[in-house]
Amino acid sequence: KYIHIINKADMAASKGLKILVGCKRVIDYAVKVRVKPDRSGVVTEGVKHSMNPFDEIAVEEAVRMKEKKLAGEAVAISVGPPQSQETLRTALAMGIDRAIHVEIPLAQLEKLQPIHVSKLLAKVCESEKPDLVILGKQAIDDDCNQTGQMLAALLDWPQATFASKIEPSQDSKQLRVTREVDGGLETIDVSVPAVVTSDLRLNEPRYATLPNIMKAKKKPLAKMSPDQLGVDLQPRQEVISVEDPPVRKAGAKVESVEDLVGKLREKGLVK
Amino acid sequence: MLSSSRAALVAAAAKLPRLVTRYGYCTTAAGERQQQKPLSPKITTHPTRNDRAKDPRWKDIDMTRAVDEADVVIVGGGPAGLSAACRLAQLNAEKGTEMRIVVLEKASSVGAHIMSGACLDPKGLVELFPDWQERGAPLHTPVTGDKFYMLTEKRAIPLPLLPGMPMHNHGNYIVRLGNVVAWLGEQAESLGVEVYPGVAAAEVLYTEDGSAVKGVATNDVGIAKDGSPKDSFERGMEFHCKQLIIAEGTHGHLAKHLINRYDLRAGREPQTYGIGFKELWELSEDRWRPGYVEHGVGWPLDSGTYGGYFIYHLNEGSPLAAVGFVVGLDYSNPYLSPFREFQQFKHHPHVAAALTGGKRIGYGARALNEGGVQSLPKLTFPGGCLVGCTAGMINVPKVKGTHNAMKSGSLAAEAVHEAIGSGEIEPATYEEALRNSWVYKELHSVRNIRPSFHLLNGRLGMFGGMAYTGAVWYFTRGREPWTFSHGGTDHEKLLPAKDCKPKDYPKPDNVLSFDLLSSVALTSTNHDHDQPPHLTLYDDSVPGQVNLSVYDGPEQRFCPAGVYEYVELDDGSKRLQINAQNCIHCKTCDIKDPTQNINWVTPQGGEGPAYNGM
Repeated sequence: KYIHIINKADMAASKGLKILVGCKRVIDYAVKVRVKPDRSGVVTEGVKHSMNPFDEIAVEEAVRMKEKKLAGEAVAISVGPPQSQETLRTALAMGIDRAIHVEIPLAQLEKLQPIHVSKLLAKVCESEKPDLVILGKQAIDDDCNQTGQMLAALLDWPQATFASKIEPSQDSKQLRVTREVDGGLETIDVSVPAVVTSDLRLNEPRYATLPNIMKAKKKPLAKMSPDQLGVDLQPRQEVISVEDPPVRKAGAKVESVEDLVGKLREKGLVK
Repeated sequence: MLSSSRAALVAAAAKLPRLVTRYGYCTTAAGERQQQKPLSPKITTHPTRNDRAKDPRWKDIDMTRAVDEADVVIVGGGPAGLSAACRLAQLNAEKGTEMRIVVLEKASSVGAHIMSGACLDPKGLVELFPDWQERGAPLHTPVTGDKFYMLTEKRAIPLPLLPGMPMHNHGNYIVRLGNVVAWLGEQAESLGVEVYPGVAAAEVLYTEDGSAVKGVATNDVGIAKDGSPKDSFERGMEFHCKQLIIAEGTHGHLAKHLINRYDLRAGREPQTYGIGFKELWELSEDRWRPGYVEHGVGWPLDSGTYGGYFIYHLNEGSPLAAVGFVVGLDYSNPYLSPFREFQQFKHHPHVAAALTGGKRIGYGARALNEGGVQSLPKLTFPGGCLVGCTAGMINVPKVKGTHNAMKSGSLAAEAVHEAIGSGEIEPATYEEALRNSWVYKELHSVRNIRPSFHLLNGRLGMFGGMAYTGAVWYFTRGREPWTFSHGGTDHEKLLPAKDCKPKDYPKPDNVLSFDLLSSVALTSTNHDHDQPPHLTLYDDSVPGQVNLSVYDGPEQRFCPAGVYEYVELDDGSKRLQINAQNCIHCKTCDIKDPTQNINWVTPQGGEGPAYNGM
């Protein structure tokens, strides 16, 4: 287990928090996804990819915290194939200071799961020692919603998931996070270091514009491998098959309530 | 501010019927068009039609742009633009000169907006990269068989394809052009060219005295749908360059602007166009014939509507075929729907035989130029030039333009390199080089084939065209001393709805034929919904007053993405609704709008379709 003790006063001090932001390269949300003919997965070759929308929000939040002087340094990290570098360059163009790419060989990519990613991130946290880790709440390709929670458990840090607002607490010694929950909004105070996952309404991300993209080329991007971090990528799950959702059958319109009851009776749904 | 007498004149002119001349000029000056009466809510909120300097919402916004310098800026990362970039880099290496070459591409990645058949004549590629095979250019499918058919409602009549005919494809390759362009982009980068996808060139910049082009500005981001600035607003940046190469593809929006500004069509015919559709099909293995090329004409198009189809069987490991359909945009019936003609075509027994058991996995559409040499504008202007389809170099009977685009890019690069070296503002040697090249020779020889379709006032239609090709062209090969005219612009040829019969199209069966919206979904097109629609209208009141009442709103039918819809308001009147998010950047609306009221401008960079090897 890893425990990191910091001076809580640093929060309000000029040094600011060190933030680590996770970004994942996923199939762009507007792309019409197609299942591979052998049903082992979806077609990714040549398909448009971009940064997971929730991760864009996480990156934006980190950059805003820097602009508000709450944070001093923001580092982006991505676990993925060589093309994940493009995703990290986008984060750098949005205002992140430097990036880390944990490169996963193609053969192991399809079997990568949140448990592996959270272990890799935990290892990086050991050396980087961030005060705050912000991740997207879930990736739009697998919709797992697990990495942030697993990471907090591995590090034994507090977690504040589905954040729609992050601000200093009243005494400036903790973070006050507003969470989107089923019943409405829940506000909690968490001590740092902590893991926060971003939800949709946290912010509206800025655009990565060309002058910033050109500047980002000069920002440092470090590469690491899972072996260097000593994490075993053995899959814990096996995908049996991936299929198209069933074609929606046409519905029927009824003219009156009697008709409706009659039809329900026909189908044996009502006695 | 207009002087009072000028204001009176403009007000009076606004009441005149809108006269459209041969070249698309209008009685009211483009850019000073008065809004007839303010429509609420406004349709066109784009800053190109609403001066932000006069808008109180923009009062406190800093509008300065970052400026960067390059030697050459190329707008458009397609075959022409990237060939120009690569050739320039090669020339620099040969001659020991140094130049900063920047390519701006509006698609999110190089190749994502490319839409083509394509059966590639490798001529242009071989000249640029003789070692293209070692470099791994994705030309995997040499043509193994070639057929041409005439379709009637029930039959497919094979027509002879003699060597020398433009449709003969021996030596050519079936390619997924998007992948070839992506490869070209990699070659350009390896040669030191800076390629920036996701960046749209939105505005041409001029020198102090306005005489010459000095560069481009990229698009602004963060403008809300109502035209106001969002928190995320950021101004585009400026690239100042010695030479600007416009390679936007057919009917580019900056090209349209430059052609008007420098009157590049003076003494030449206006451009004419077709709309090309393409679907990628995963065929049933037993119907797959790798390397097989088929072209044809006929059903379901009536003999008065120009068009044809292609089916290309790829050989890249899986049983893929490209199925496409072109409809000439000089059609006259506003009830015609090019998309539905295409969908109906697939039900022809001959075509259905190839597609049955298969699955459609891709769809896209793009306007293509059909004017040939008659419609080539002047290719150079002070500060730059036009290359590829943006000038219009498709060999229509051959249905090929990529080889010409690549060659024109290379020739432009040579002229531009020379101009920069000598300090000339206009790369004037480019036009002459093109006229002396095989591009011009080829285009000149086939110049009469497409317009022969209009022989005898179009009464013979497709038969007239084919008869001309077989009886005259096959022997003269273009040496005949006459040159047919296209007879005017495509948009002028549209007849009022009252003079035409509505067309009855069959419902899609969702096996061979499909509806428009599920087709658009396959393009994976997307635009940030909260931005001003990039399909701008010069006058918001014209669609209701003219397009709908006179022509029954033909934009509802010729747009291959369902952007234009007439919705009924509470008071019973109909209003044009622009679903800009669906746009696939084909430019057909800008071309065929009978009132020429639609002006397509670029949306934010990185938006639009996400074609995968189309």
